[in-house]
Amino acid sequence: MHELAVTESILSIAKKHATNANASKVTDVNIVIGKFSSIVDDSVQFYWDIISQDTICENSTLHFERIPARISCLDCSTEYKVDAEMMPCPNCQSVRVKIISGEEFWLDSIEIER
Amino acid sequence: MSQQKVQIVEKIMDANDQIAAQNQHNLDSHHIFAINIMASPGAGKTSVILKTIQMLKDQMRIAVIEGDTAAVTIDADKVSALGAPAVQINTGGQCHLDATMMDRALSSLDLNQIDLLIIENVGNLICPASFKIGTHANIVIASIPEGDDKPYKYPNIYRGIDTLILNKTDLLPYIDFRKDYFQQGIELLNPGLEIFELSCKTEDGFPAWIEWLKAKVTTQKNL
Repeated sequence: MHELAVTESILSIAKKHATNANASKVTDVNIVIGKFSSIVDDSVQFYWDIISQDTICENSTLHFERIPARISCLDCSTEYKVDAEMMPCPNCQSVRVKIISGEEFWLDSIEIER
Repeated sequence: MSQQKVQIVEKIMDANDQIAAQNQHNLDSHHIFAINIMASPGAGKTSVILKTIQMLKDQMRIAVIEGDTAAVTIDADKVSALGAPAVQINTGGQCHLDATMMDRALSSLDLNQIDLLIIENVGNLICPASFKIGTHANIVIASIPEGDDKPYKYPNIYRGIDTLILNKTDLLPYIDFRKDYFQQGIELLNPGLEIFELSCKTEDGFPAWIEWLKAKVTTQKNL
């Protein structure tokens, strides 16, 4: 449900930059999401189609680039990827681990028409 | 007509995070220590808050911001009955508090009369994790009857917190709650996280929690 608030934030950033760039229309919006960001792409797209109506972003398409989660073990320095949820270090089974990537959530770029 | 790509690279939560930072600055300038209490419905947020007020109200000035999805003032009324100022935020169905709602709530409190500000977030383990509101400590209350698997099922909220309360420890004899399994999940998500085990029924564990709060409030006073 927090996707609505998140989508409103995406719209406000996209509109601001589109206006600054003298765009007449936004066609595409590129978003980067880390694996651990609890955002559901489909929900964001659903809200986007509704709240972008009658704005410069109407009918634009959202693209999501997913960043995989990378973890570093604080005990043996092994770096490993996780596809689902957090897991202990595959090398030494330690649970003392640090997230290197996977928490990203930003608006990377927009594609516009002038 | 020309097609063009505009590079942005702006954090999507930036607008909220900036207001959260302003909120924290506002709290700091009044030397208020503020905590954001998050938990699932029924974990005991209100009970822990009420017990905490009872134990601390003669030693410091406490106020509470109550986040609710509906216009029911049940929690705010209980807090007011203990003599602590309470502000109710009705989120209008939204599943979390955000920095703007917090800002509005702060403006309706007399910040010169508060040492400890407790924010009771909406009962939910997912959405509040994404929205900073500007408090000094983000705290989750987990409780024994919810089960030992919650860190594994709701990792995001456990990953971002500063302190954890494990509530209803008086129910341990009656419920199959594997503390080791629970703690391993916590350790994986948030190594070294400080945990207070509490029972609002027996008051077990409260002295350590109260001392922790008193130390934080004193530090904030001397800033």
